[in-house]
Amino acid sequence: MASDLGPQPVSEGTQIAIAELAGLDALDLVGRGPSRGGSLALRFWRALWPKLAAIALVGVIWELIYADGYKHGIFPGPGPTMAALGDQVRTGLLWHAIGTTLERALIGFAMATLIGCLIGALVSRIRPLRAAVGSLITGLQTMPSIAWFPFAIILFGVNTEAILFVIVLGAAPSIANGLITGVDYTPPLLLKAGTMMGLRRLSLYRHLILPASLPSVVAGLKQGWSFAWRSLMAGELLVIVANQPSIGVLLSTYQDQSDMEDAVAIMIVILIIGLVVDSVFGRADHTIRKRWGLV
Amino acid sequence: MTETPAGVTLAGVSKVYGNGGRAVPALDHVSLSVAPGEFICLIGASGCGKSTLLNLVAGLDTPTGGTISVKGRVAMMFQEPGLFPWLTAAGNIELALRAKGVGRLERKRRALELLDTVHLGGFGPKQPHELSGGMRQRVALARALAQDADVLLMDEPFGALDAMTRDLLHDELDRVREGRNLTVLFVTHNVREAARLGDRVVLLSSRPGKVIAEYPVPIPRPRRIDSAPVSELAGSITDRLREEVSRHGQ
Repeated sequence: MASDLGPQPVSEGTQIAIAELAGLDALDLVGRGPSRGGSLALRFWRALWPKLAAIALVGVIWELIYADGYKHGIFPGPGPTMAALGDQVRTGLLWHAIGTTLERALIGFAMATLIGCLIGALVSRIRPLRAAVGSLITGLQTMPSIAWFPFAIILFGVNTEAILFVIVLGAAPSIANGLITGVDYTPPLLLKAGTMMGLRRLSLYRHLILPASLPSVVAGLKQGWSFAWRSLMAGELLVIVANQPSIGVLLSTYQDQSDMEDAVAIMIVILIIGLVVDSVFGRADHTIRKRWGLV
Repeated sequence: MTETPAGVTLAGVSKVYGNGGRAVPALDHVSLSVAPGEFICLIGASGCGKSTLLNLVAGLDTPTGGTISVKGRVAMMFQEPGLFPWLTAAGNIELALRAKGVGRLERKRRALELLDTVHLGGFGPKQPHELSGGMRQRVALARALAQDADVLLMDEPFGALDAMTRDLLHDELDRVREGRNLTVLFVTHNVREAARLGDRVVLLSSRPGKVIAEYPVPIPRPRRIDSAPVSELAGSITDRLREEVSRHGQ
């Protein structure tokens, strides 16, 4: 009777006990695991329709204000604005501008991430540095990054470096703070378990503290991105680099031409880029939380 | 580590938190000798310093007075499983093996083996949150075994589980210890659990913790928590414990 349970004969009592254990496991697991059903298309639609409804609502309100004749001749209607956007999408200029802007965003955000993580790692590890720099980081974070532009323009001149400098100053503190918070809030029980396991110093960081900080780091990156994106837009409006069409250059050109339809079309492009990148961070955050069983 | 004849020896161990007029004594001259392979249950009311004692043996804290010697490697289990949520069940066990310097392929093999040992074969790829409380605690047990410990410290490991699961885990712990020379220091405030599991039950007083009584448990295994001899012994330990607790009310 015990022959198929392994090389060693198992007593009947033990067999019953193991069966009980397996039964309890099976009962305990009922109702766990993937809960939301439905096909992929259905889930996609479930996530999509509230967003579409919101856009439709904004469109309707916009159209109503326009139809009411508010600032007639200046305030653009949704129809002509969309037409202007459609025209711009078909030209190379908009794509060239998006390319320049995204390149700056990417380089600036990557630099901010690198610097933020470095500072965060040092500050979270070294106590005196924490006392000295900790509150400074938070102070930097609360300072509107646009206030750095005079300094940056005088220091670097009217060029891309000035913009990147302000992006880094805007985003790096959030990223550093995300890492520091994550390290600080590593659950003491996990630290105890890790220490008992024999994890020390670097291995403790690599296998325990860093993975434990991941949700907080992602939150920091997400916040850092929104600061970087705002700094970049402010920068591109203030620092017009010659012969480099960017989103900011287009926006300020249409302002100069009092071309409201095209200006609003560019604003829509800015909004879409912001939302798309934000959803990438949201996705990452959701994936982590799902893996950890927090959702 | 000092070479000692016993698995764990505590000689006149005291622990005081804080200093001066605010000093709080947690343990007062606790002496205890645990033989290799022996299962000791530490029992006492709140404030008897049970967890402090385990932390001292684990080396997570240092005693104010006295000496502690431990022979061999120490692993610890807590009331919460303390599994790393970003790793799978198997990943948690593999990390413990990795910390010991076990190679990659060997880690995978040993982790599967250990999951089988706690009857969780097939659950290796699950994340901790996909398992029930009892199953998580078994993964934690497998992780402790992965550390090849000679001494296993258990701080109320089944305290958060329902009675049925707890009974089954008692059996599981007995099975796991078969064929291993595992010394166990098991802290609980469930007197029946202590009588069900231990070779010896050590009763500690409260504020500060001090050994006030020791009960050998001459009941042959397999035991049941609801059997007459276990209940009878638990009854007499409870009487002594109540006597000790009521002393604090006066």
